[in-house]
Amino acid sequence: MPEKKLQIALYWGAACGGCDVAVLDTNEFVIGVGFLVDIRLWPIAADGKYRDVEAMADGELDCTLFHGAIRNSENEHLAKLLRRKSKVLVALGSCAHLGGIPGLANQVTKQEILERVYLDNPSIEAGNRVVPLPSTRVDAGELEIPRFYRRVYRLDDVVPVDYYVPGCPPAPEQVKAALQALVNGTLPPARSVIGASNRTVCDDCRRRKEEKKVTRFHRPWEILQDPDRCLMEQGILCAGSATRSGCGVRCPDSGMPCRGCYGPAPNVIDQGAKFVSAVSSIVDSKDPREIERILGDIPDILGYAYRFGLPASLLQRSIR
Amino acid sequence: MGFEPRIVGFLCNWCSYTGADLAGTARIHYAPNVRVIRVMCSARVDPTFVVKALAEGADGVLICGCHPGDCHYSEGNYKAMRRFPLLGRLLRDYGIEEDRVRLEWVSASEGKRFAEIVDDMTERVRRLGPSRVKTLLEADRVER
Repeated sequence: MPEKKLQIALYWGAACGGCDVAVLDTNEFVIGVGFLVDIRLWPIAADGKYRDVEAMADGELDCTLFHGAIRNSENEHLAKLLRRKSKVLVALGSCAHLGGIPGLANQVTKQEILERVYLDNPSIEAGNRVVPLPSTRVDAGELEIPRFYRRVYRLDDVVPVDYYVPGCPPAPEQVKAALQALVNGTLPPARSVIGASNRTVCDDCRRRKEEKKVTRFHRPWEILQDPDRCLMEQGILCAGSATRSGCGVRCPDSGMPCRGCYGPAPNVIDQGAKFVSAVSSIVDSKDPREIERILGDIPDILGYAYRFGLPASLLQRSIR
Repeated sequence: MGFEPRIVGFLCNWCSYTGADLAGTARIHYAPNVRVIRVMCSARVDPTFVVKALAEGADGVLICGCHPGDCHYSEGNYKAMRRFPLLGRLLRDYGIEEDRVRLEWVSASEGKRFAEIVDDMTERVRRLGPSRVKTLLEADRVER
């Protein structure tokens, strides 16, 4: 038992809460951690007010696990606050690491999102079509809500991050490994990806790999797949070749293609560009028109290539 | 001052770079807007190169390789041919106009063809105007 318990916080930005569940999925381990650490802030599981964080001394927290992307001014405010109060800041999960699923919103403008959600959505009653403003005057005074940003950012875009734990969500055993390293004080050099490997998902995939020549791409449900053979060879788009491993190859093992949540493989700058390169290279044709037809089977290439990391791509967002 | 497009050109060593060289030695006049980067093969042009050029402010990207069937490495240009349509769709999803990125086959004897391609592409990109990519990404950092 350490003399002084480690002080930690868990916080979410634009996120679904799946990363919190991944922390809870470490089961008895997370209960054990409770004997080693004081959880000072964890909105989904414990009480704790922002003003309590504000009252802390700078660097008082040993570590903050921040999951979720930066979508609005509250996310950024808390990211900066927790950065100041923490010795170590960890981006936990795809959203904090790369922008995640919320990052796909970088394909549209803020205006389009507000109109779709608050005005055009068919489930909104006619008299109720109101776009919320950052501040509203009511009888009791001025009401404020966070300002919605023009686009989605990674945690790294607003504050310096010490470690990245990838995954959507991170595999519980990897969360456990990261927490263990924190508790034991055995963290690697700063700014590295932890809780993952330095190989690709393909390297770790148990499926049989032969020559890849594809004349037709399929959605996973459209064909009866060979459970032992590489999914790409069967014409099912799989992001494994462009994606960092460490997840335990859970998706290909379950008959589903890799979707790329662990982010770019080591030394890959742009995951989607590499994915495009890999997919194109297996097309079995030398005729431009046939190539177009075969690749035409693939819907929404931007969404597929950058499903978990559009804000982390070189181009970051659509030009509109 | 008028807008002068900045186009990054990736030219394969064996055909297209030699073709561009021929355009020069033959003293053909053509637009000076393409900055040439020599690569060993059009297959060497990773889609990352194209995306990076655009992210860093290029107004256009031109990739040139040997004609199909003439590749020095027998099949390299087919790899470029296969990558290009999907890369093009990716870029259009990003909102980048089709005319900004182009794949062409230029042999070592086609100096004139190279000059015509460069002239035509420069004019098309000039009509589109400067790429807004870099400006927007810089603005995103200043104002959220």
